[in-house]
Amino acid sequence: MNIRFKFDEPDTRHRLDQMSQDIIGKAFDRPDGPMKVSGQATYAAEWEVDRLAHGVLVRAPVARGRLKSLGIEAVSAMDGVIAVLTGERFLRVPAQGTENTAPHQGASDIYYHGQPVALVVAETFEAARHAAHHLALEIETSGPAPVDPEASDTVREETDRSSQGDLDRAMAEAAHTVDVTYRTPGHNSAAMEPHAAIAQWDGDELTLRGAYQMLKFNRNELADSLGIPAEKVRILAPYVGGGFGSKLGISHEGVAAALAAREIGRPVSVVLSRQQVFETTIRRSESRQRIRLAAGEDGRLTGIGHEYLVSNLPEEDFAEPVAQATPFLYAGEHREVVEELARVHRLLAGSVRAPGEAIGVTVLENAMDELAEKVGLDPVELRLRNIPDVDPSSGKPYSSNRLADCLVHGAERFGWDNRNKEPGSERHGEWLIGQGMASAVRVNMLAPAEARVRLSPEGDVTIETDMTDIGTGTYAILTQIASEMLGIVPDRIETRLGDTDFPPGPGSGGSWGAASTGTAVFIACEEIRRRIAKRVAVAETDLTLVDGHAITDNRKIPLPEILAGVAIDVVGELEPGKAQKARRQATYGAYFAEVAVNAVTGETRVRRMLGVFSAGRILNAKTARSQCLGGMTWGIGMALTEALVHDARDGHLINHDLAEYHIPVNADVPQIEVDLLDERDDWANPLQAKGIGELGICGAAASVVNAIYNATGVRVRDYPATLDKVLAGLP
Amino acid sequence: MRTDLSINGEHFSLEADPRTTLLDALRHHLHLTGTKKGCDHGQCGACTVLVNGRRINSCLTLACMHDGDAITTIEGLGVPGQLSPLQEAFVEFDGYQCGYCTPGQICSATAMLDEVKAGWPSHVTEDVNDMPKLTEAEIAERMSGNLCRCACYPNIVDAIMDVAEGGHK
Repeated sequence: MNIRFKFDEPDTRHRLDQMSQDIIGKAFDRPDGPMKVSGQATYAAEWEVDRLAHGVLVRAPVARGRLKSLGIEAVSAMDGVIAVLTGERFLRVPAQGTENTAPHQGASDIYYHGQPVALVVAETFEAARHAAHHLALEIETSGPAPVDPEASDTVREETDRSSQGDLDRAMAEAAHTVDVTYRTPGHNSAAMEPHAAIAQWDGDELTLRGAYQMLKFNRNELADSLGIPAEKVRILAPYVGGGFGSKLGISHEGVAAALAAREIGRPVSVVLSRQQVFETTIRRSESRQRIRLAAGEDGRLTGIGHEYLVSNLPEEDFAEPVAQATPFLYAGEHREVVEELARVHRLLAGSVRAPGEAIGVTVLENAMDELAEKVGLDPVELRLRNIPDVDPSSGKPYSSNRLADCLVHGAERFGWDNRNKEPGSERHGEWLIGQGMASAVRVNMLAPAEARVRLSPEGDVTIETDMTDIGTGTYAILTQIASEMLGIVPDRIETRLGDTDFPPGPGSGGSWGAASTGTAVFIACEEIRRRIAKRVAVAETDLTLVDGHAITDNRKIPLPEILAGVAIDVVGELEPGKAQKARRQATYGAYFAEVAVNAVTGETRVRRMLGVFSAGRILNAKTARSQCLGGMTWGIGMALTEALVHDARDGHLINHDLAEYHIPVNADVPQIEVDLLDERDDWANPLQAKGIGELGICGAAASVVNAIYNATGVRVRDYPATLDKVLAGLP
Repeated sequence: MRTDLSINGEHFSLEADPRTTLLDALRHHLHLTGTKKGCDHGQCGACTVLVNGRRINSCLTLACMHDGDAITTIEGLGVPGQLSPLQEAFVEFDGYQCGYCTPGQICSATAMLDEVKAGWPSHVTEDVNDMPKLTEAEIAERMSGNLCRCACYPNIVDAIMDVAEGGHK
């Protein structure tokens, strides 16, 4: 049966705290771990499928144009080549997160350099790749095709504006002001598993093994792209090799594989090359951000302005929401947020880990560092003075806000008081040493979700949901929620994910998966508890379940005895309600970093980094910490090395692989420390948990770049802080 | 063309296009998909396997060049229920998240520990005449050919250190 729950009121019961299994929140090893470390976990392209043919996509080498001919003659006679496909169902761009319908389609109308226009299918990958290289595409270029967001002839639209008070006046009257412009480059998700799909038809039914984050939406996107009913599509994605936004929506490979498989009557595998991942999936938009801060003598903010320019392709809606957290992070009655979107023929801009805050909070936190210096105040103290009591933009109370605790605890743990007080004044040999800090903030969300929980007569539990685990720890935390609620040891719980045949959830994205699908599991478990309670004739709230037994009236009864041969099967359904809108909901944190900058070369090494976070109840101390490590490491990459570089003529991505786009390697990352504050957010959901997958990146880079300033006196306002930019300003 | 491969102690007679990399031979022909393709250009290390005990990027070598070689893949190091010490340590220390780079990390770490035992220095070794000490910096340096975008590097270092110090025997 289905149990529906609408979350309208804060849940102050803290049910998980009343349970007895003592596993929720613990550093529980991932149940999927042994499969992953032994290479047995099956990712998208790894299923053993009979008669599998291999497809390789072919990219257009122009920014704007029309495909006239594929030049198939050059390859059709090659050994092993089965078919060459193109067409108007090929995707022009991948779908955005939660798009739920087909994205723009059509291979003949070329919108950006690298757009896939054809698929070569062959008996082997080698034959397909060889033929793909030899296809003689005939393309008629058309123009103009602006590729530079800031060029004078590029179209820029104002896509959002909100203001309160009079910021100009606040700036004119302020004792201290900051008015600075920063730039951040584009970023690539660079998940380690390239996008991949195996498509297999059985009559008019498609099974697609893919690498996706949000199956409920992906199924509809795929069906719409192919022009078939969604019921005819089943997606399997039990293991996904990272997403970080790049697999939120369907991408080229899934549609191309499905079309090809239908055409040739055989299963087809299409795996993007690493270069194709860079050139054809999504990028985080570059940004130009102007921050204005107005503050009194004491550093208290009276105004904040955040104007930004981001870009996307013509006809695309998505604009990186750079200032998403600006309205509610700090005080200041005068505010202005302006969003401008430049139309450029670069690949699709979309969600990359923490769209908005990842770069917006980062730049705001750089500007706050600049303000602290102007006011002559400790950067931690400046932030503490500006934490509002309520959301200053909406007047709503916060559901919870422990930013101050994060700052104070972090400063103490890091030894912030012992930092270098004078920029450029601490030198050890050829290394300049400095410390920096920044706040972290990310909006918190809840989405409709369903999950099935089945308790067998023997006392085994099966959880089923189409939720994905992209490395986030879903297998672990859903297992823990059921284990805690039902008093069943985790070894007797099987969590099954990533199959559209299972009850749907919102998937992994926007840090909402654990809270949403976790709550659906919780709802189902509560109902199962009620059923068990009824059988032993106690109130559900008086029922103690532990290690497969019910304890009541000093009796310890094994569950199989209570169940008496009957299974309990419940689908929990979460409907977000008024609680979500009644409070400003966000997660918070603070970063502290110590860098050494080489006085000769300008090279920066991060020596120490600490993150303190508050994100409601932590469901698993181990996996939550790892998510934060990941986010902070992305911050190191953003600060020091990561930047997409586009050719000025045709916008093509110059650094389209992992040798040229530099994500941090092991030696770039110190033994980062993470502290997670104990918190319950009653307004978030009945778990009192909030999202944590993105929080760790939201401002992290600023702590590193602020530390570079502290070490050297060089303010880098053009990310990343590569050697050349630092070296230019060294004394 | 035909190549005789010894993989995880088992003999395979591979009949494949000579352009087939060792990585694609494993994944496409022998269905040993534990070895991952992350870049196909020797840039990420996800495809790391051991050839005659030494770690290599299997995407950068052709299968037909390994006639007679003894190849060890992740499947040969351990299976659930019988994991190798490093595999166990990666689970305990959460040295992975999505798991895609993980087989490469573990194969790489397996050979790396042998390299240290054999006294091979690295870029960060203080004194190249001395036996290298396995510090965090040494592990990080020696494991930097294996990218992890989930960025479990601190946990990977901890897991390897634990095994080097005798844990998970």
